Amino acid sequence: MKAIILGCGRVGAMLANLLEQEKMEVTVIDANDNAFEKLGENYSGSRVSGNITDEAILRAAGIEQADLVAVLTSDDIANLMAAQIVKQKFGREKILVRVRDPIKAGAFREMGLATVCPTNVELDMILKELKIKTKKGKS
Amino acid sequence: MYVIIVGASKIGYNLAKQLVADGHETVLIEKDPHKYNLLSQELGEILILGDGCEDATLKQVGASRADMLIAVSGLDQENLIACQLAKLLFMVPKTLARVNDPRNEDLFKSLGVDLTINATNIINALIGQNLNIPFLTPLVTFRNLEIVQAEISDSSPAVNKAVRDLALPPESLLIAALRGDDAVLLKGDSVILANDTVVALTTKDKENELRSIL
Repeated sequence: MKAIILGCGRVGAMLANLLEQEKMEVTVIDANDNAFEKLGENYSGSRVSGNITDEAILRAAGIEQADLVAVLTSDDIANLMAAQIVKQKFGREKILVRVRDPIKAGAFREMGLATVCPTNVELDMILKELKIKTKKGKS
Repeated sequence: MYVIIVGASKIGYNLAKQLVADGHETVLIEKDPHKYNLLSQELGEILILGDGCEDATLKQVGASRADMLIAVSGLDQENLIACQLAKLLFMVPKTLARVNDPRNEDLFKSLGVDLTINATNIINALIGQNLNIPFLTPLVTFRNLEIVQAEISDSSPAVNKAVRDLALPPESLLIAALRGDDAVLLKGDSVILANDTVVALTTKDKENELRSIL
């Protein structure tokens, strides 16, 4: 199994390590070389520096062979464009994309992108912790 | 017509002024406060400080009654998402995006942007015209097909030849010749004349082949 992670923030770096422990072949892409430090010493997968919306970079990371793609930078707009390139141009099916804005997350989910909205997840946890029940189901 | 422009780039700014001068209701959305401050005195209330990729900003400008959204910022991802949100959330009937990286043009079209403007292609076209390279101007695009027009010069290899003798690629079709004030439908035995403007249908990958024949 080959996994490609776009964005080496805290979540991206932790996911990379976890997937590697699951014996997956992992590649992480980030525009900022310093971000790779978060991967830690034990990480032995690949690192590719470059823009996640650049097709040439995605190809260099081996996107054509990817079984799993997670798009996790903190930039909603870049994430949404990158996820759509990966889906439309490279025909990958298992793509997960982080979208902080709940409205965008909902709109693009309806279009068929598997969006994960940290804002909704956090909100759910806070409400749960406060034992407040809302009428409208979130996330 | 009510037009929303996203991005007060040089193009956005000039376009907004032109549309207002032509009597269209127009708003120009810019998210950089510095740019906004520079232009706000001149443009007045048509300039809005906000993010064209945010639901709240689009709602504020009344996107659901817009006839068209034009995204001309310097970032392709912003232009794409602004157009997509306009369609998904506000059912804006027509969207147009500027494509900064020419490699993104097909992607934008396949993702539902109605029209794309690509400065690189436009400049290429102008250079072609000035160097007298037979140039195909794309008129309309449908998926991988496009309708193009070509100016036939005196030196064109197609001059005084019948359409059937032109060895056209099978994926292309000459439709009509604009000759003086007339438009002539082209059939197999029609003859191409110098100074004709030929309208043709072709797949994108055969464009170069068609160009070399005209």
